[in-house]
Amino acid sequence: MTLSPRNRELAFLCVVGILTAIGFASVYIARQSVVSTASLTYAAIFFALYIAAHVVTRMTVPFADSYLLPIAGLLTAIGLTEIYRLNPRDAFRQGFWIVVAVGLFSATLLFFRHDYRRLESYKYLFGLGAIVLLVLPLAPGIGRTVNGARLWIGVGSLEFQPGELAKIMLIVFLAGYLREKREVLAQGRLKDFGPLLVIWGMAMLVLLETRDLGGGLLYFGIFLGILYAATGRVAYVAVGLALFVVGSIGVWKVTPHVQERVTIWRHPWTSHPVYCPSALHHLALRQDCQGYQEVQGLYSLAHGNYGGTGLGRGIVTTISSTNGNPHTLIPYANTDFIFAVIGQELGLIGTSALLLVYMVFVLRGVRIALLAEDGFSKLLAAGLTFGFALQTFIIVGGIERIIPLTGITLPFVSYGGSSVVANFVLLAGLLLVSNRANRDVLR
Amino acid sequence: MNKQISQLGIVAVVLLATLIVGATYWQTWANAGLAERQDNEIRLVAQFSIKRGTIYASDGKTVLARNVVRHVSGQTLYFRRYPTGPLFAHVVGYSTQTRNQTGLEESYNDYLTASNANLDTVFHATLDRLKGSTIKGNNLILSIRPGAQALALRLLQGKCGAVVALNPTTGAVLTMVSSPSYNPNSIEHHFSRIRPLGTCGPLLNRATAGGYVPGSSFKVVTATAALDTGKFTPNSQFYDPGYCIEYGKEVRNAGNPEAPETFGNVTLFQGLQHSINSVFCNVGKAIGAGTILDYMKRFGFYKLPSIELPDSEMIASGLYNHGRLFWPKHPEFQVDPGRLAFGQERLKVTPLQMAMVAATVANHGVEMKPYLVQRVVSPAGKTVTTAHPHAIATVMKPQTASELNAMMQAVVTGGTGTAAQIPGIPVAGKTGTAETAAGSNVYTAWFIAFAPADHPKIAVAVVLEHQVGGFGGVVSAPIAKQVMEALLK
Repeated sequence: MTLSPRNRELAFLCVVGILTAIGFASVYIARQSVVSTASLTYAAIFFALYIAAHVVTRMTVPFADSYLLPIAGLLTAIGLTEIYRLNPRDAFRQGFWIVVAVGLFSATLLFFRHDYRRLESYKYLFGLGAIVLLVLPLAPGIGRTVNGARLWIGVGSLEFQPGELAKIMLIVFLAGYLREKREVLAQGRLKDFGPLLVIWGMAMLVLLETRDLGGGLLYFGIFLGILYAATGRVAYVAVGLALFVVGSIGVWKVTPHVQERVTIWRHPWTSHPVYCPSALHHLALRQDCQGYQEVQGLYSLAHGNYGGTGLGRGIVTTISSTNGNPHTLIPYANTDFIFAVIGQELGLIGTSALLLVYMVFVLRGVRIALLAEDGFSKLLAAGLTFGFALQTFIIVGGIERIIPLTGITLPFVSYGGSSVVANFVLLAGLLLVSNRANRDVLR
Repeated sequence: MNKQISQLGIVAVVLLATLIVGATYWQTWANAGLAERQDNEIRLVAQFSIKRGTIYASDGKTVLARNVVRHVSGQTLYFRRYPTGPLFAHVVGYSTQTRNQTGLEESYNDYLTASNANLDTVFHATLDRLKGSTIKGNNLILSIRPGAQALALRLLQGKCGAVVALNPTTGAVLTMVSSPSYNPNSIEHHFSRIRPLGTCGPLLNRATAGGYVPGSSFKVVTATAALDTGKFTPNSQFYDPGYCIEYGKEVRNAGNPEAPETFGNVTLFQGLQHSINSVFCNVGKAIGAGTILDYMKRFGFYKLPSIELPDSEMIASGLYNHGRLFWPKHPEFQVDPGRLAFGQERLKVTPLQMAMVAATVANHGVEMKPYLVQRVVSPAGKTVTTAHPHAIATVMKPQTASELNAMMQAVVTGGTGTAAQIPGIPVAGKTGTAETAAGSNVYTAWFIAFAPADHPKIAVAVVLEHQVGGFGGVVSAPIAKQVMEALLK
């Protein structure tokens, strides 16, 4: 018996629902002194939400891939469980954002259910939109600086990171523009690169100004990825990478912030005190100062070993030796460093499983791009998928010290409204492309 | 376009696969190395989430180290309290969040945190880990008797020194006190409250890491070499002019430098009884420094004692040159045999080593391995390991031991150590009054002893630093006597 795509999706969602309940239950059992039985209602509400999303996919994209929504559900469930374990109040806010995200997901599907390809005609608007969104945090009054990067806009207590949505707009623009210009670009005439270089140069300038290194790497990677998919010219990628290396060295030379990140990456531990801007006496071991986050992330990951400590049983706080108060060991544990906490509590088994889930998502995305009929759809799906993979690599690779650490969210898992909303829009995009491709195949 | 998209997909998958490789590296390969780092607070807190074993004195009731529970943001952490305060500070040591562990807390950390390799412990710890319940460490029962320990620390009040008492037939440590002591409960938050006594630092375990000039107490070692080699008997005759000629210079007997005692014709027996330096000076010259050094090695000098304390809290006894242990390749040229024979030269010995010397004579020449931990008991009350008496060396013939026994008894009955007499119980002992600087009257005062001499149960070493005009037989012997009395009860 073969299930229809939507029935299969429902079956997967039920499995995810059970896993979510188990996750929340184990956090509850491990931390009874801190959390309440209300945790189980979280699982129930969460499941209901995904059933609602499923109803929308049934109505709008019946032929779409059946793996993606359950995978998104699983990843948000892992994230929500871990956020709940770290701070139940944050989990409530994250839950609210997931509701908003599912709402926006449904709206996107409903709005574009007949033909999303008309997006292509507005490609320049998307390109401009991406730049505006990236510049927004620099605007006086609404821009906010968090952890050295000016990436946030805020009105009152409501904060949003527009870069996450800019990423999707940029992909739409690149997919549209490169679909149109791929033949001429493949010939390699310089003037055709004009708009591309302008957009890209502006993006880089903005990133330099906002000091968002992870974002810069991500957008540039997406740009090169889509460019290669459209033109098939390895030389472009080579030139692009060369430009990137030259640019990076230039940025490294002029920006102390970047120099510091690279130094931390190469030598997170020192045996002699070094200059430490935040220390009272300006000299401290690097692992106690700038390298603290990176080192704590590694300790957390390493403490997980094979099986992990178990959900809710990891060590994220310690008692200060000076005043006996608890203090947090891992900074940004629920956003940038959530992978380090998951690594501690679920061990190597958990981290590998999580990364394999990301891999399945990426493979499904690639499959959608391959099956799509038209160039725009192909580039859109490929860009969204590659961006998703690259973002995961940048943050987890930073935590694992494969590349210098830059603050960026782990898709679907990290705490943060903008990230969840943007990723659900990305998911809607992939489902729309998939629905059209499969529908054409079935016909 | 599909070819490029497939290639892009491969790149994406390779990136994610790299992350799995990275996770494997950190979580398995690099795991042990990171766990050892001092700044790894996660590892430290993990240790504190284990219910560490309780440490008891020999009676199995007196608690020396226990846990206090604190709930910190959902975690149950166990912190150490030491109910007896300074009494067992150097033996038990401490286990705190901010400082390294010391004492048995360090050397028995594996047992106390249930990470030792005994099958029963491994089984229960794994079961607890799987169930998610608190891991409970094993309890320790020490061989130290709390009453005598308290008495010894009281007797050392206001003085710098140490007392070590052993069971000569088993090697069990019955008392181990170092003064000044400190309150281990102050280590974490009130470190500044830990004050030295004069120039004496309180953190040093003088019993195992204090190197003192042994003075005349070392004559027991020299006498062992003299008798055991067969070169001398207790009845060997000497003439004591009150001094001994060394390299053409007079080395006077101990005592008042203005009016040194002169004994005239004496035997080796009397030489030990009255601690006559000239006799031992001549013995040393006759048997040579090499022979004495050989016997020192037999007694266990020149290596760390095989007791369960961390290596960093012990030193080896022997000759020291510029602060370092010194083993002369050509003792006949490098060591002054006369001064070595009566315990001066450049000797530095620990109270534990001297207690072992006394215990070996008491135990018919057989040296027993000293130990502090009598039993390790699982949380459920099952014995995990028990200390078994273990002979580490046959230092001398039984004949030599019994001759020395008689000579050391004479020290207490009618020699320099009469202050150690216990009514109704024969005591054997040897005094020591070591010069710490030439010509000064500030001495290191020793007394080593064992009792009952006919059937020894206790061997003891007492050392007191900076004794102005204080002789071993006057200031240290009474302390040894009282500790032995307490232990014999």
